[in-house]
Amino acid sequence: MTAPRLLITASPHLSEPDSTPKIMWHVVLSLLPVVGASIYFFGPSAVLVITAATAGALVTEWIFGTRGSLLDGSAMITGILLGLVLPAGIPLWMAFVGGVFGIGFGKLIFGGLGQNIFNPALLGRAFLQAAFPVAMTTWPVIRENWWQLRGDNLALPLMSPKEVDVLTEATPLGLMKFEQTGTDLWRLTLGATGGSLGETAGVLILLCGGYLAIRNYLNWRIPASIFLTVAVFSVLLHLIDAARYPDALFMLFSGGLMLGAVYMATDMVTSPVTNLGCWVFGFGIGFLVVVIRLWGGLAEGVMYAILLMNALVPFINRATQPRAFGAEQPKAKQTT
Amino acid sequence: MGRKLRFRHGVHPPELKDLTASVPIRRMPFPTEIVLPLSQHTGKPSRAIVRPGDWVERGDKVGEADGFISVPVHASAAGTVEEVGLWPHPNGFYSPAVRIAVAPFSAQVPRSRIIPDWEGLSREQLVEAVKQAGVVGLGGAAFPTHVKLSPPKDAPIDTILINGAECEPYLTTDHRTMVEYPERMHRGLRIMMRCLGVDRAMIGIEKNKPDAIEAIRATLPHDLDVTVHRLTVKYPQGYEKMLIKAILGREVPSGKLPMHVGVVVHNVASVATIAEVFETGLPLIERIMTVTGNGVRQPSNLIVPVGTKTRDLIDACGGFSDDAREVVFGGPMMGTAVASLDAPVLKGTTGVVVLTDADVKPQKSYPCIRCGHCLDSCPVFLNPQVLGQLALSERYDEMEAHNLADCMLCGCCGYTCPSNIPLPQLFQLAKVALRRQQTAA
Repeated sequence: MTAPRLLITASPHLSEPDSTPKIMWHVVLSLLPVVGASIYFFGPSAVLVITAATAGALVTEWIFGTRGSLLDGSAMITGILLGLVLPAGIPLWMAFVGGVFGIGFGKLIFGGLGQNIFNPALLGRAFLQAAFPVAMTTWPVIRENWWQLRGDNLALPLMSPKEVDVLTEATPLGLMKFEQTGTDLWRLTLGATGGSLGETAGVLILLCGGYLAIRNYLNWRIPASIFLTVAVFSVLLHLIDAARYPDALFMLFSGGLMLGAVYMATDMVTSPVTNLGCWVFGFGIGFLVVVIRLWGGLAEGVMYAILLMNALVPFINRATQPRAFGAEQPKAKQTT
Repeated sequence: MGRKLRFRHGVHPPELKDLTASVPIRRMPFPTEIVLPLSQHTGKPSRAIVRPGDWVERGDKVGEADGFISVPVHASAAGTVEEVGLWPHPNGFYSPAVRIAVAPFSAQVPRSRIIPDWEGLSREQLVEAVKQAGVVGLGGAAFPTHVKLSPPKDAPIDTILINGAECEPYLTTDHRTMVEYPERMHRGLRIMMRCLGVDRAMIGIEKNKPDAIEAIRATLPHDLDVTVHRLTVKYPQGYEKMLIKAILGREVPSGKLPMHVGVVVHNVASVATIAEVFETGLPLIERIMTVTGNGVRQPSNLIVPVGTKTRDLIDACGGFSDDAREVVFGGPMMGTAVASLDAPVLKGTTGVVVLTDADVKPQKSYPCIRCGHCLDSCPVFLNPQVLGQLALSERYDEMEAHNLADCMLCGCCGYTCPSNIPLPQLFQLAKVALRRQQTAA
């Protein structure tokens, strides 16, 4: 018998086939149908904007990230997600800058994967919203001529975009807020409305998220909690004053709520680790969304709601530590 | 049975038991040399009472129990004592051991009845006989059985739980014992119930062993209150606190023992061994164990003399395959890889798993992404995510505040972690560091 050269490793000697890059690339995969929908609705502009945002994210990760971190897929997710929450007509250089900012200041500055507090894609969008408010709130009309660019996508950096002859329209939330006009529910759920590239196709987003939830790549409690909270508040308010407050389905399927709840809030790094914490986190987001939408100055509040709750995650984690098996009652603990 | 018998959290590793689940137990031939470490049990090591050159018969005592939580060690084959000195122990250290050259032409006939028959014995004598037979828990932890059979007066026991979960992948030791020796198990149970003065016993078996459940049910003694319970297949179902929770719904308080909720848990193999000891009059000198994995040519369930060296054990199973790479004592979830093929089988060795190159492919470790999967898998509801971060920055005191003591190193968090962070290893290190700090203080 020939004796092998023995290897010594620590237990457990088995491990689940899932890995962090596998989870990340699955999220990327699950985003492809959403990207497809955005191309269907917004034409070549969608391809250009999403590519520009992704390029910004990837280049930054490649230059400043640790070696090989490009392969873990997380920068790819950030790039695509950022692209999906931008309007179709935005100049490409802005989308690129958003990607750079999101990865650079949203993630790498904290130490890279796993260290960031805020969702990098949303931070990139928040930056763009603050820097280029006009470009970020011009919503081209969908499906007027598929091949036509939906704005001055090709504007040179730091030049003011040319006035392009495209029709724009308000988003359903804008319509509701500033003109008290509703939107047909079918158009809302299927995505044939104005809005950011990837946020309109609510049903599709739900399906893609369902796939991730089944594979346990996202914690279903977060979107469930957000939907539940928004629904309950809207139903109550709608009952009080149906003329002023829209119904629950409108609230759920309009704006970036679906994309935000399914893909942004569930970012593992910036959401709570405990299941109870996830319910609390979702409740907070849902509540803030309703408050900002109905009483705030902005038409849409999903982005700020999620970023605000991101900031609270360490506190939520600390407050929702699990009770150890056989322990009398939860101990007060200090966490990192 | 209405309620589903289970505990919360845990993981579902692949079972991998097909290699040996239907292989009948066979006896392996005596090796030419036997090594008996004096520390084969939890508690104080035994004291050697033989010297080099001494002749010992099979079953003779070579080490004496040293204190209450200690048991004697017996020669598992007749022969000459070669040396009492340091020898590789499966735990990775060199530890004191008695080395015996097995007499090549001996018939290995033991002395007659070293352990008395149990029928006429009082409770105290029974417990003493169990101790003298060197019986320890054969489920892995090797805690001296006589200690569990003599609970303090202030902890009344109402139920004996028999652990037939065998939740570790690969292993089929308890499974085959139940299938092939059900009557022996019931006889052992009867003796234990007499020792403890307990009227009720429950046997928990995971559902994936229908033939074992069948065999145990078919031989249930009618005069005793013994019931068989089918358990959900989940790791770590066989950890005693999980077993108690699943069957009785009782939660053992943190830092306490099962007896504090009126329960004593014994492993199937330990129970069968007690019966065997009184049947044959021989102390615990051999055990049933599984030798399996893709790295061994003929995976088997064997009756092995305690002290058999790993290399002899593997030889008895057809030898290593060409791609064998790692030899694990115990199951793959909690077992230890041995560094030397000279390390002997102990009383508490439930099995040896030989992993191949394909099984031990190195995996890249990624930063923690706080997915929370470890929290969802931890059967004692700790927060391995925070514990892991604290361990990486060596903040061991804070880990203690996060109930590190409740961690039993079951490996669920490490199994499930997508970033391949070696959490159980970090926790074990932290436990050792804390213990050092405390002894230094």
